[in-house]
Amino acid sequence: MMVKSSERHQVPSQQAVEKKGWWRAHKWFILRRVVQLGILALFLAGPLLGVWIVKGNMASSLTLEVLALSDPYVMLQGLMVGHFPTTEGLIGIAIVLVFYTLVGGRVYCSWVCPVNIVTDTAAWVRRKLGIKVSSQFSRSSRYWLLGLTLVLPLITGVIVWELFNPVSLMFRGIIFGMGWAWMVILAIFVFDIFVSQRGWCGHLCPVGAFYSLLGQKSLVRVSAYNREQCDDCNDCFVVCPEPKVIRPALKGADKGIGSLIDEGNCTNCGRCIDVCDEDVFKFSSRFKG
Amino acid sequence: MSDKQKRGLSVSSEGEKAEHKAVLSRRKFMGDTLKTACGTALLGLGMGTYSRQASSFPAGTIRPPGALSEDEFLGACIRCGLCVRDCPYDMLRLAELGEQVALGTPYFVAREKPCEMCEDIPCAAACPTNALSHELKKIEDARMGLAVLIDQEECIAFQGLRCEVCFNVCPVQGEAITIEMHHNRRSGKHAMFIPVVHSDTCTGCGKCEKACILEEAAIKVLPTHLAKGLPGTHYRLGWEQKDKAGGSLVKPDIEHQYNLPEGVRYDYNQGGLELPPEAKLEHDTPFSSNPLDSLKKLQNQENK
Repeated sequence: MMVKSSERHQVPSQQAVEKKGWWRAHKWFILRRVVQLGILALFLAGPLLGVWIVKGNMASSLTLEVLALSDPYVMLQGLMVGHFPTTEGLIGIAIVLVFYTLVGGRVYCSWVCPVNIVTDTAAWVRRKLGIKVSSQFSRSSRYWLLGLTLVLPLITGVIVWELFNPVSLMFRGIIFGMGWAWMVILAIFVFDIFVSQRGWCGHLCPVGAFYSLLGQKSLVRVSAYNREQCDDCNDCFVVCPEPKVIRPALKGADKGIGSLIDEGNCTNCGRCIDVCDEDVFKFSSRFKG
Repeated sequence: MSDKQKRGLSVSSEGEKAEHKAVLSRRKFMGDTLKTACGTALLGLGMGTYSRQASSFPAGTIRPPGALSEDEFLGACIRCGLCVRDCPYDMLRLAELGEQVALGTPYFVAREKPCEMCEDIPCAAACPTNALSHELKKIEDARMGLAVLIDQEECIAFQGLRCEVCFNVCPVQGEAITIEMHHNRRSGKHAMFIPVVHSDTCTGCGKCEKACILEEAAIKVLPTHLAKGLPGTHYRLGWEQKDKAGGSLVKPDIEHQYNLPEGVRYDYNQGGLELPPEAKLEHDTPFSSNPLDSLKKLQNQENK
Protein backbone atom coordinates (compact mmCIF):
# COMPACT_ATOMS: atom_id res chain seq x y z
CA MET A 1 0.00 0.00 0.00
CA MET A 2 1.45 3.32 -1.02
CA VAL A 3 0.98 6.28 1.21
CA LYS A 4 1.45 9.90 0.15
CA SER A 5 4.65 11.23 1.64
CA SER A 6 2.95 14.14 3.47
CA GLU A 7 0.46 11.77 5.08
CA ARG A 8 3.15 9.27 5.70
CA HIS A 9 5.12 11.74 7.80
CA GLN A 10 2.15 12.36 9.97
CA VAL A 11 2.24 8.68 10.94
CA PRO A 12 5.86 7.66 10.41
CA SER A 13 5.48 4.29 12.11
CA GLN A 14 2.64 3.10 9.87
CA GLN A 15 4.77 1.13 7.41
CA ALA A 16 6.77 -0.38 10.23
CA VAL A 17 3.60 -1.48 12.01
CA GLU A 18 2.33 -3.12 8.87
CA LYS A 19 5.58 -4.91 8.23
CA LYS A 20 6.92 -5.69 11.72
CA GLY A 21 3.80 -5.62 13.85
CA TRP A 22 2.81 -3.03 16.47
CA TRP A 23 5.11 -4.18 19.24
CA ARG A 24 8.31 -4.20 17.18
CA ALA A 25 7.39 -0.81 15.73
CA HIS A 26 7.04 0.65 19.24
CA LYS A 27 9.34 -1.47 21.35
CA TRP A 28 11.99 1.09 22.30
CA PHE A 29 9.40 3.83 22.63
CA ILE A 30 7.39 1.79 25.12
CA LEU A 31 10.50 0.67 27.00
CA ARG A 32 11.62 4.27 27.34
CA ARG A 33 8.28 5.37 28.71
CA VAL A 34 8.30 2.45 31.15
CA VAL A 35 11.75 3.49 32.38
CA GLN A 36 10.85 7.19 32.60
CA LEU A 37 7.60 6.58 34.45
CA GLY A 38 9.19 3.82 36.49
CA ILE A 39 11.83 6.20 37.81
CA LEU A 40 9.12 8.69 38.73
CA ALA A 41 7.15 5.89 40.38
CA LEU A 42 10.16 4.88 42.49
CA PHE A 43 10.50 8.45 43.73
CA LEU A 44 6.76 8.78 44.29
CA ALA A 45 6.35 5.49 46.16
CA GLY A 46 7.77 7.17 49.27
CA PRO A 47 5.57 10.23 49.58
CA LEU A 48 2.44 8.54 48.18
CA LEU A 49 2.58 5.01 49.59
CA GLY A 50 5.13 5.33 52.36
CA VAL A 51 7.43 2.85 50.61
CA TRP A 52 10.81 4.56 50.73
CA ILE A 53 12.91 3.15 47.93
CA VAL A 54 14.39 6.37 46.61
CA LYS A 55 14.55 9.70 48.43
CA GLY A 56 15.29 13.14 47.02
CA ASN A 57 15.05 13.99 43.36
CA MET A 58 17.22 14.02 40.23
CA ALA A 59 19.54 16.68 41.68
CA SER A 60 20.57 14.26 44.39
CA SER A 61 19.00 11.07 45.62
CA LEU A 62 19.52 8.20 47.99
CA THR A 63 18.35 4.72 47.01
CA LEU A 64 17.62 2.18 49.75
CA GLU A 65 19.70 4.30 52.15
CA VAL A 66 22.84 3.13 50.34
CA LEU A 67 23.19 4.30 46.77
CA ALA A 68 23.81 8.05 46.54
CA LEU A 69 23.40 9.60 43.11
CA SER A 70 23.93 13.24 42.21
CA ASP A 71 23.44 15.24 39.05
CA PRO A 72 26.92 16.35 37.95
CA TYR A 73 25.53 19.33 36.04
CA VAL A 74 23.69 20.77 39.04
CA MET A 75 26.68 20.05 41.27
CA LEU A 76 28.97 21.75 38.75
CA GLN A 77 26.88 24.91 39.02
CA GLY A 78 27.40 24.83 42.78
CA LEU A 79 31.08 24.23 42.25
CA MET A 80 31.22 27.39 40.14
CA VAL A 81 30.12 29.31 43.24
CA GLY A 82 32.83 27.56 45.21
CA HIS A 83 30.79 24.98 47.12
CA PHE A 84 32.37 21.59 47.23
CA PRO A 85 30.02 18.61 47.64
CA THR A 86 30.27 16.18 50.55
CA THR A 87 31.81 12.74 50.10
CA GLU A 88 28.38 11.23 49.42
CA GLY A 89 27.83 13.95 46.88
CA LEU A 90 31.14 13.22 45.15
CA ILE A 91 30.48 9.49 45.03
CA GLY A 92 27.05 10.21 43.59
CA ILE A 93 28.53 12.43 40.89
CA ALA A 94 31.17 9.83 40.01
CA ILE A 95 28.62 7.03 39.58
CA VAL A 96 26.40 9.17 37.36
CA LEU A 97 29.35 10.43 35.29
CA VAL A 98 30.63 6.92 34.65
CA PHE A 99 27.17 5.59 33.84
CA TYR A 100 26.34 8.22 31.23
CA THR A 101 29.81 8.18 29.75
CA LEU A 102 29.28 4.49 29.05
CA VAL A 103 25.66 4.35 27.89
CA GLY A 104 25.55 7.76 26.18
CA GLY A 105 25.10 11.12 27.88
CA ARG A 106 21.83 11.98 26.30
CA VAL A 107 20.32 8.72 27.43
CA TYR A 108 19.46 10.98 30.34
CA CYS A 109 17.29 13.01 27.96
CA SER A 110 15.36 10.21 26.32
CA TRP A 111 15.23 7.57 29.04
CA VAL A 112 15.07 9.61 32.26
CA CYS A 113 14.07 13.25 31.81
CA PRO A 114 10.31 13.80 32.22
CA VAL A 115 10.38 16.87 29.93
CA ASN A 116 11.15 14.43 27.11
CA ILE A 117 7.62 13.04 27.42
CA VAL A 118 6.27 16.57 26.98
CA THR A 119 8.41 17.45 23.98
CA ASP A 120 7.98 14.06 22.27
CA THR A 121 4.24 14.56 22.61
CA ALA A 122 4.60 18.09 21.25
CA ALA A 123 6.50 16.76 18.25
CA TRP A 124 3.76 14.17 17.71
CA VAL A 125 1.03 16.86 17.89
CA ARG A 126 3.04 18.99 15.51
CA ARG A 127 3.18 16.16 12.98
CA LYS A 128 -0.52 15.43 13.40
CA LEU A 129 -1.41 19.07 12.82
CA GLY A 130 0.99 19.21 9.90
CA ILE A 131 2.67 22.37 11.18
CA LYS A 132 5.65 23.15 9.03
CA VAL A 133 6.56 26.66 10.22
CA SER A 134 9.37 26.72 12.71
CA SER A 135 11.53 29.57 13.87
CA GLN A 136 15.10 28.53 13.58
CA PHE A 137 17.49 28.59 16.46
CA SER A 138 20.96 27.37 16.04
CA ARG A 139 21.34 23.91 17.56
CA SER A 140 24.44 25.30 19.20
CA SER A 141 22.31 27.71 21.26
CA ARG A 142 22.21 25.09 23.99
CA TYR A 143 25.99 25.22 24.39
CA TRP A 144 25.83 28.98 24.74
CA LEU A 145 23.15 28.52 27.38
CA LEU A 146 25.25 25.84 29.06
CA GLY A 147 28.12 28.29 29.22
CA LEU A 148 25.81 30.98 30.57
CA THR A 149 24.45 28.74 33.32
CA LEU A 150 28.00 28.05 34.45
CA VAL A 151 29.16 31.67 34.27
CA LEU A 152 26.17 33.18 36.07
CA PRO A 153 26.90 31.41 39.39
CA LEU A 154 30.43 32.73 39.15
CA ILE A 155 29.15 36.31 38.90
CA THR A 156 26.14 36.20 41.20
CA GLY A 157 27.13 33.56 43.75
CA VAL A 158 23.72 31.96 43.21
CA ILE A 159 22.90 28.78 41.28
CA VAL A 160 20.85 30.95 38.96
CA TRP A 161 19.82 28.29 36.47
CA GLU A 162 18.12 26.21 39.13
CA LEU A 163 15.65 29.06 39.59
CA PHE A 164 14.49 28.38 36.02
CA ASN A 165 15.60 24.90 34.93
CA PRO A 166 12.42 23.24 33.56
CA VAL A 167 14.02 19.82 33.89
CA SER A 168 14.54 20.06 37.66
CA LEU A 169 11.34 22.06 37.93
CA MET A 170 9.22 19.32 36.42
CA PHE A 171 10.85 16.40 38.19
CA ARG A 172 10.83 18.14 41.56
CA GLY A 173 7.33 19.40 40.89
CA ILE A 174 5.97 15.90 40.38
CA ILE A 175 7.61 14.60 43.55
CA PHE A 176 7.50 17.57 45.91
CA GLY A 177 4.66 19.73 44.58
CA MET A 178 4.18 21.73 41.39
CA GLY A 179 3.04 25.19 42.40
CA TRP A 180 2.89 27.11 39.15
CA ALA A 181 5.53 24.90 37.53
CA TRP A 182 2.94 23.32 35.24
CA MET A 183 2.80 26.69 33.45
CA VAL A 184 6.44 26.28 32.49
CA ILE A 185 5.80 22.76 31.24
CA LEU A 186 2.81 23.97 29.25
CA ALA A 187 4.93 26.79 27.85
CA ILE A 188 7.51 24.31 26.57
CA PHE A 189 4.76 22.15 25.09
CA VAL A 190 3.22 25.10 23.22
CA PHE A 191 6.65 26.41 22.22
CA ASP A 192 7.61 23.06 20.69
CA ILE A 193 4.33 22.72 18.81
CA PHE A 194 3.84 26.21 17.46
CA VAL A 195 7.11 28.10 17.68
CA SER A 196 10.03 25.83 17.07
CA GLN A 197 10.21 22.19 16.05
CA ARG A 198 12.08 20.22 18.72
CA GLY A 199 12.82 23.68 20.08
CA TRP A 200 13.48 22.95 23.72
CA CYS A 201 15.27 19.60 23.84
CA GLY A 202 16.90 19.89 20.44
CA HIS A 203 18.11 23.47 20.51
CA LEU A 204 17.97 25.22 23.86
CA CYS A 205 18.17 22.90 26.86
CA PRO A 206 21.57 23.30 28.58
CA VAL A 207 21.00 20.11 30.58
CA GLY A 208 20.94 18.14 27.35
CA ALA A 209 23.97 20.10 26.15
CA PHE A 210 25.89 19.06 29.25
CA TYR A 211 24.96 15.39 28.86
CA SER A 212 25.78 15.47 25.15
CA LEU A 213 29.33 16.37 26.14
CA LEU A 214 29.43 13.37 28.47
CA GLY A 215 28.29 11.02 25.72
CA GLN A 216 30.83 11.94 23.04
CA LYS A 217 32.54 8.58 23.19
CA SER A 218 29.93 6.33 24.73
CA LEU A 219 29.96 2.58 24.37
CA VAL A 220 26.31 2.07 23.54
CA ARG A 221 25.39 3.52 20.14
CA VAL A 222 22.79 3.05 17.47
CA SER A 223 24.21 1.63 14.27
CA ALA A 224 22.79 1.87 10.74
CA TYR A 225 24.33 -1.56 10.23
CA ASN A 226 21.88 -2.43 7.47
CA ARG A 227 22.15 0.87 5.66
CA GLU A 228 22.21 -0.59 2.15
CA GLN A 229 18.59 -1.66 2.80
CA CYS A 230 17.52 2.00 3.29
CA ASP A 231 14.67 2.84 0.91
CA ASP A 232 14.84 6.59 1.60
CA CYS A 233 11.41 6.71 3.18
CA ASN A 234 12.67 9.43 5.55
CA ASP A 235 10.70 8.07 8.54
CA CYS A 236 13.76 7.97 10.79
CA PHE A 237 14.52 11.63 10.08
CA VAL A 238 10.94 12.55 10.87
CA VAL A 239 10.89 10.89 14.28
CA CYS A 240 14.47 11.64 15.28
CA PRO A 241 14.81 14.44 17.86
CA GLU A 242 18.30 15.17 16.50
CA PRO A 243 17.95 14.34 12.77
CA LYS A 244 21.40 15.65 11.92
CA VAL A 245 23.07 12.75 13.69
CA ILE A 246 21.57 10.14 11.35
CA ARG A 247 22.81 11.38 7.97
CA PRO A 248 26.55 10.63 8.21
CA ALA A 249 26.01 7.08 9.41
CA LEU A 250 23.11 6.30 7.09
CA LYS A 251 24.31 8.02 3.93
CA GLY A 252 28.06 8.18 4.43
CA ALA A 253 28.97 4.81 2.93
CA ASP A 254 30.55 6.29 -0.19
CA LYS A 255 32.45 8.85 1.90
CA GLY A 256 33.87 6.05 4.00
CA ILE A 257 31.96 6.99 7.13
CA GLY A 258 31.15 4.08 9.40
CA SER A 259 27.59 2.99 10.08
CA LEU A 260 27.79 3.88 13.79
CA ILE A 261 25.86 6.97 14.82
CA ASP A 262 28.78 8.37 16.73
CA GLU A 263 27.45 11.71 17.86
CA GLY A 264 27.14 13.06 21.38
CA ASN A 265 23.72 14.45 20.59
CA CYS A 266 22.16 11.12 19.63
CA THR A 267 19.90 10.40 22.60
CA ASN A 268 19.91 6.62 22.06
CA CYS A 269 16.13 6.76 22.12
CA GLY A 270 15.88 3.98 19.56
CA ARG A 271 12.88 5.49 17.82
CA CYS A 272 14.65 5.14 14.45
CA ILE A 273 14.99 1.42 15.12
CA ASP A 274 11.24 1.26 15.80
CA VAL A 275 9.99 3.12 12.74
CA CYS A 276 12.33 1.63 10.15
CA ASP A 277 10.43 -1.05 8.29
CA GLU A 278 13.65 -2.21 6.62
CA ASP A 279 15.37 -2.84 9.97
CA VAL A 280 18.30 -0.63 9.04
CA PHE A 281 19.12 0.34 12.63
CA LYS A 282 19.94 -1.54 15.79
CA PHE A 283 21.56 -0.89 19.14
CA SER A 284 25.21 -1.72 18.93
CA SER A 285 28.46 -0.69 20.57
CA ARG A 286 31.24 1.53 19.41
CA PHE A 287 33.55 -1.47 19.09
CA LYS A 288 31.22 -3.45 16.85
CA GLY A 289 30.26 -0.54 14.57
CA MET B 1 21.09 43.94 -10.19
CA SER B 2 21.31 40.49 -8.74
CA ASP B 3 20.99 39.75 -5.09
CA LYS B 4 24.67 39.11 -4.69
CA GLN B 5 25.63 42.33 -6.45
CA LYS B 6 23.39 44.23 -4.11
CA ARG B 7 25.36 42.78 -1.23
CA GLY B 8 28.53 44.04 -2.76
CA LEU B 9 29.61 40.83 -4.43
CA SER B 10 30.13 40.63 -8.13
CA VAL B 11 29.89 37.25 -9.79
CA SER B 12 32.34 36.45 -12.55
CA SER B 13 34.16 33.14 -12.60
CA GLU B 14 33.46 29.72 -11.06
CA GLY B 15 36.38 30.01 -8.68
CA GLU B 16 35.17 33.34 -7.40
CA LYS B 17 31.70 31.92 -7.05
CA ALA B 18 32.96 29.31 -4.63
CA GLU B 19 34.89 31.95 -2.80
CA HIS B 20 31.78 34.12 -2.54
CA LYS B 21 29.86 31.16 -1.27
CA ALA B 22 32.48 30.72 1.44
CA VAL B 23 32.28 34.41 2.29
CA LEU B 24 28.52 34.21 2.50
CA SER B 25 28.55 31.14 4.69
CA ARG B 26 31.17 32.81 6.84
CA ARG B 27 28.91 35.85 7.07
CA LYS B 28 25.96 33.67 7.94
CA PHE B 29 28.02 31.91 10.58
CA MET B 30 29.19 35.21 12.07
CA GLY B 31 25.65 36.58 11.96
CA ASP B 32 24.18 33.51 13.61
CA THR B 33 26.86 33.42 16.23
CA LEU B 34 26.38 37.08 17.02
CA LYS B 35 22.63 36.58 17.22
CA THR B 36 22.95 33.64 19.61
CA ALA B 37 25.59 35.41 21.68
CA CYS B 38 23.42 38.52 22.06
CA GLY B 39 20.39 36.41 22.90
CA THR B 40 22.38 34.51 25.49
CA ALA B 41 23.75 37.69 27.02
CA LEU B 42 20.28 39.24 27.26
CA LEU B 43 18.90 36.08 28.83
CA GLY B 44 21.81 36.06 31.26
CA LEU B 45 21.11 39.63 32.26
CA GLY B 46 17.46 38.80 32.87
CA MET B 47 18.17 35.66 34.84
CA GLY B 48 20.94 37.28 36.86
CA THR B 49 18.74 40.22 37.80
CA TYR B 50 15.87 37.95 38.73
CA SER B 51 18.16 35.83 40.87
CA ARG B 52 19.08 38.92 42.89
CA GLN B 53 15.40 39.55 43.60
CA ALA B 54 14.69 35.91 44.30
CA SER B 55 17.44 35.79 46.89
CA SER B 56 15.50 37.97 49.32
CA PHE B 57 14.41 35.38 51.84
CA PRO B 58 11.13 36.53 53.36
CA ALA B 59 10.78 36.89 57.12
CA GLY B 60 8.32 34.36 58.47
CA THR B 61 10.02 31.48 56.68
CA ILE B 62 12.92 29.65 58.29
CA ARG B 63 15.75 27.59 56.82
CA PRO B 64 16.49 24.17 58.34
CA PRO B 65 19.16 23.94 61.08
CA GLY B 66 22.75 24.37 59.94
CA ALA B 67 21.80 26.41 56.87
CA LEU B 68 24.57 28.67 55.61
CA SER B 69 23.90 32.40 55.46
CA GLU B 70 21.22 33.09 52.86
CA ASP B 71 23.68 34.39 50.25
CA GLU B 72 25.86 31.31 50.51
CA PHE B 73 22.92 28.97 50.84
CA LEU B 74 21.59 29.90 47.40
CA GLY B 75 24.94 29.02 45.91
CA ALA B 76 25.21 25.69 47.70
CA CYS B 77 21.70 24.20 47.88
CA ILE B 78 20.90 22.02 44.87
CA ARG B 79 17.22 21.66 45.78
CA CYS B 80 17.29 17.86 46.02
CA GLY B 81 14.88 17.65 48.93
CA LEU B 82 16.83 15.02 50.85
CA CYS B 83 16.54 17.18 53.99
CA VAL B 84 12.78 17.28 53.50
CA ARG B 85 12.65 13.50 53.29
CA ASP B 86 14.87 12.90 56.30
CA CYS B 87 12.94 15.19 58.62
CA PRO B 88 11.07 12.74 60.89
CA TYR B 89 8.43 15.36 61.65
CA ASP B 90 7.82 16.24 58.00
CA MET B 91 7.90 19.96 58.65
CA LEU B 92 10.22 20.99 55.83
CA ARG B 93 9.11 21.71 52.30
CA LEU B 94 10.63 22.85 49.03
CA ALA B 95 9.54 26.20 47.64
CA GLU B 96 7.28 25.79 44.63
CA LEU B 97 7.13 28.12 41.66
CA GLY B 98 5.13 31.20 42.63
CA GLU B 99 6.20 31.21 46.28
CA GLN B 100 8.36 33.99 47.65
CA VAL B 101 11.17 31.68 48.73
CA ALA B 102 13.84 30.93 46.10
CA LEU B 103 12.53 28.12 43.89
CA GLY B 104 13.10 24.60 45.16
CA THR B 105 14.89 25.53 48.38
CA PRO B 106 13.84 24.02 51.73
CA TYR B 107 12.16 26.02 54.47
CA PHE B 108 9.58 25.78 57.21
CA VAL B 109 6.99 28.06 58.72
CA ALA B 110 7.19 28.11 62.51
CA ARG B 111 3.53 28.89 63.09
CA GLU B 112 2.54 25.79 61.09
CA LYS B 113 5.18 23.26 62.11
CA PRO B 114 8.24 24.30 64.10
CA CYS B 115 11.58 22.49 64.21
CA GLU B 116 11.54 19.69 66.77
CA MET B 117 15.31 19.97 67.26
CA CYS B 118 16.28 16.31 66.76
CA GLU B 119 19.54 15.54 68.54
CA ASP B 120 21.08 13.86 65.48
CA ILE B 121 20.00 16.65 63.06
CA PRO B 122 18.99 14.22 60.26
CA CYS B 123 18.10 17.00 57.80
CA ALA B 124 21.58 18.50 57.88
CA ALA B 125 23.19 15.06 57.77
CA ALA B 126 21.29 14.27 54.57
CA CYS B 127 22.53 17.35 52.71
CA PRO B 128 24.93 16.35 49.91
CA THR B 129 26.43 19.82 49.48
CA ASN B 130 26.89 21.16 53.01
CA ALA B 131 24.31 23.85 52.30
CA LEU B 132 23.08 22.56 55.65
CA SER B 133 26.44 22.44 57.33
CA HIS B 134 27.63 19.11 58.67
CA GLU B 135 29.76 21.07 61.09
CA LEU B 136 26.69 21.61 63.22
CA LYS B 137 27.07 18.83 65.79
CA LYS B 138 24.76 19.98 68.58
CA ILE B 139 21.28 21.11 67.71
CA GLU B 140 21.49 23.64 70.58
CA ASP B 141 24.14 25.43 68.51
CA ALA B 142 21.74 25.89 65.59
CA ARG B 143 20.78 29.48 64.83
CA MET B 144 17.82 29.22 62.47
CA GLY B 145 16.65 32.66 63.47
CA LEU B 146 15.87 34.49 66.67
CA ALA B 147 12.59 34.59 68.57
CA VAL B 148 11.42 38.11 69.30
CA LEU B 149 8.51 39.06 71.55
CA ILE B 150 7.51 41.41 68.83
CA ASP B 151 4.10 42.61 70.00
CA GLN B 152 4.34 43.92 73.54
CA GLU B 153 0.86 45.41 73.33
CA GLU B 154 -1.08 42.23 72.67
CA CYS B 155 1.07 39.70 74.54
CA ILE B 156 -1.12 38.92 77.53
CA ALA B 157 1.85 38.88 79.90
CA PHE B 158 1.95 42.64 79.37
CA GLN B 159 -1.69 42.84 80.46
CA GLY B 160 -0.56 41.39 83.77
CA LEU B 161 -2.08 37.99 82.95
CA ARG B 162 -0.27 34.73 83.58
CA CYS B 163 0.56 32.83 80.38
CA GLU B 164 4.24 31.83 79.98
CA VAL B 165 3.33 29.27 77.31
CA CYS B 166 6.32 30.30 75.20
CA PHE B 167 8.58 29.89 78.22
CA ASN B 168 7.18 26.45 78.94
CA VAL B 169 7.46 25.02 75.41
CA CYS B 170 10.97 26.34 74.80
CA PRO B 171 13.29 23.37 74.22
CA VAL B 172 16.25 25.26 75.69
CA GLN B 173 14.14 25.72 78.76
CA GLY B 174 14.94 28.44 81.20
CA GLU B 175 17.80 29.67 79.07
CA ALA B 176 16.53 30.87 75.71
CA ILE B 177 13.41 32.33 77.32
CA THR B 178 13.32 33.47 80.93
CA ILE B 179 10.53 35.11 82.86
CA GLU B 180 11.24 38.47 84.44
CA MET B 181 8.94 40.05 86.93
CA HIS B 182 7.93 43.66 86.45
CA HIS B 183 5.68 45.89 88.49
CA ASN B 184 2.11 45.97 87.26
CA ARG B 185 1.30 49.64 87.21
CA ARG B 186 -2.35 49.08 86.28
CA SER B 187 -3.28 47.19 89.43
CA GLY B 188 -0.53 48.76 91.47
CA LYS B 189 0.05 45.66 93.52
CA HIS B 190 0.67 42.74 91.15
CA ALA B 191 3.60 41.54 89.12
CA MET B 192 3.77 41.02 85.35
CA PHE B 193 5.57 37.84 84.27
CA ILE B 194 7.35 38.96 81.12
CA PRO B 195 9.03 36.43 78.82
CA VAL B 196 12.49 37.57 77.69
CA VAL B 197 14.38 35.90 74.83
CA HIS B 198 18.16 35.52 75.04
CA SER B 199 19.96 35.50 71.74
CA ASP B 200 22.97 33.58 73.02
CA THR B 201 20.87 30.43 73.52
CA CYS B 202 17.78 30.79 71.28
CA THR B 203 18.02 28.39 68.30
CA GLY B 204 15.13 29.90 66.37
CA CYS B 205 13.25 26.59 66.32
CA GLY B 206 9.91 28.39 66.39
CA LYS B 207 8.19 26.33 69.10
CA CYS B 208 7.31 29.51 70.99
CA GLU B 209 5.78 31.08 67.89
CA LYS B 210 3.78 27.92 67.24
CA ALA B 211 2.55 27.77 70.84
CA CYS B 212 1.63 31.44 71.32
CA ILE B 213 -2.00 31.49 72.39
CA LEU B 214 -2.94 34.61 70.42
CA GLU B 215 -4.72 34.53 67.05
CA GLU B 216 -1.56 36.00 65.57
CA ALA B 217 1.57 35.11 67.52
CA ALA B 218 3.05 37.91 69.63
CA ILE B 219 6.39 36.11 69.68
CA LYS B 220 7.88 35.40 66.27
CA VAL B 221 11.09 33.92 64.92
CA LEU B 222 12.81 36.45 62.68
CA PRO B 223 15.93 36.12 60.57
CA THR B 224 18.76 36.99 62.93
CA HIS B 225 19.85 40.00 60.89
CA LEU B 226 16.38 41.51 61.34
CA ALA B 227 16.10 40.63 65.02
CA LYS B 228 19.54 41.65 66.27
CA GLY B 229 21.11 45.03 66.71
CA LEU B 230 24.86 45.46 66.69
CA PRO B 231 26.65 48.05 68.82
CA GLY B 232 29.61 49.93 67.40
CA THR B 233 32.79 47.89 67.72
CA HIS B 234 34.39 50.64 69.80
CA TYR B 235 31.55 50.57 72.33
CA ARG B 236 32.44 49.51 75.90
CA LEU B 237 30.26 49.16 78.97
CA GLY B 238 31.92 50.91 81.91
CA TRP B 239 30.90 48.47 84.60
CA GLU B 240 32.07 45.48 82.61
CA GLN B 241 35.42 47.10 81.97
CA LYS B 242 35.67 47.95 85.68
CA ASP B 243 35.07 44.31 86.64
CA LYS B 244 37.55 43.12 84.07
CA ALA B 245 40.26 45.54 85.27
CA GLY B 246 39.46 44.89 88.92
CA GLY B 247 38.90 48.56 89.60
CA SER B 248 37.89 51.79 88.06
CA LEU B 249 39.88 52.82 85.02
CA VAL B 250 39.26 56.52 85.65
CA LYS B 251 39.77 58.71 88.68
CA PRO B 252 36.85 58.35 91.12
CA ASP B 253 34.20 61.04 90.87
CA ILE B 254 34.33 63.92 93.30
CA GLU B 255 31.58 63.28 95.80
CA HIS B 256 28.59 65.49 95.21
CA GLN B 257 28.25 68.32 97.71
CA TYR B 258 24.70 68.75 98.95
CA ASN B 259 23.75 72.08 100.42
CA LEU B 260 22.39 70.74 103.70
CA PRO B 261 22.33 71.93 107.32
CA GLU B 262 25.44 71.22 109.33
CA GLY B 263 25.83 67.58 110.29
CA VAL B 264 23.15 66.36 107.85
CA ARG B 265 24.32 64.33 104.92
CA TYR B 266 22.64 62.60 102.01
CA ASP B 267 23.34 58.94 101.33
CA TYR B 268 22.66 58.62 97.62
CA ASN B 269 23.00 54.84 97.60
CA GLN B 270 19.95 54.06 99.68
CA GLY B 271 19.81 55.73 103.02
CA GLY B 272 18.42 59.08 101.95
CA LEU B 273 18.74 61.92 104.47
CA GLU B 274 20.98 61.17 107.41
CA LEU B 275 20.54 63.37 110.46
CA PRO B 276 23.39 64.06 112.88
CA PRO B 277 23.58 61.75 115.94
CA GLU B 278 22.36 64.42 118.40
CA ALA B 279 19.17 64.86 116.33
CA LYS B 280 18.38 61.23 116.87
CA LEU B 281 18.46 61.58 120.71
CA GLU B 282 15.20 60.94 122.45
CA HIS B 283 13.32 64.16 123.05
CA ASP B 284 11.27 64.91 126.08
CA THR B 285 7.88 65.01 124.45
CA PRO B 286 4.42 65.25 126.09
CA PHE B 287 3.54 62.02 124.37
CA SER B 288 5.05 58.81 125.49
CA SER B 289 5.45 55.95 123.05
CA ASN B 290 4.30 53.55 125.79
CA PRO B 291 0.45 53.43 126.01
CA LEU B 292 0.74 52.29 129.68
CA ASP B 293 2.24 55.67 130.48
CA SER B 294 -0.99 57.33 129.38
CA LEU B 295 -3.03 55.04 131.65
CA LYS B 296 -0.71 55.75 134.57
CA LYS B 297 -1.10 59.47 133.90
CA LEU B 298 -4.92 59.14 133.97
CA GLN B 299 -4.78 57.14 137.22
CA ASN B 300 -2.51 59.72 138.79
CA GLN B 301 -4.94 62.50 137.83
CA GLU B 302 -7.92 60.55 139.30
CA ASN B 303 -6.01 59.84 142.50
CA LYS B 304 -5.33 63.53 142.90
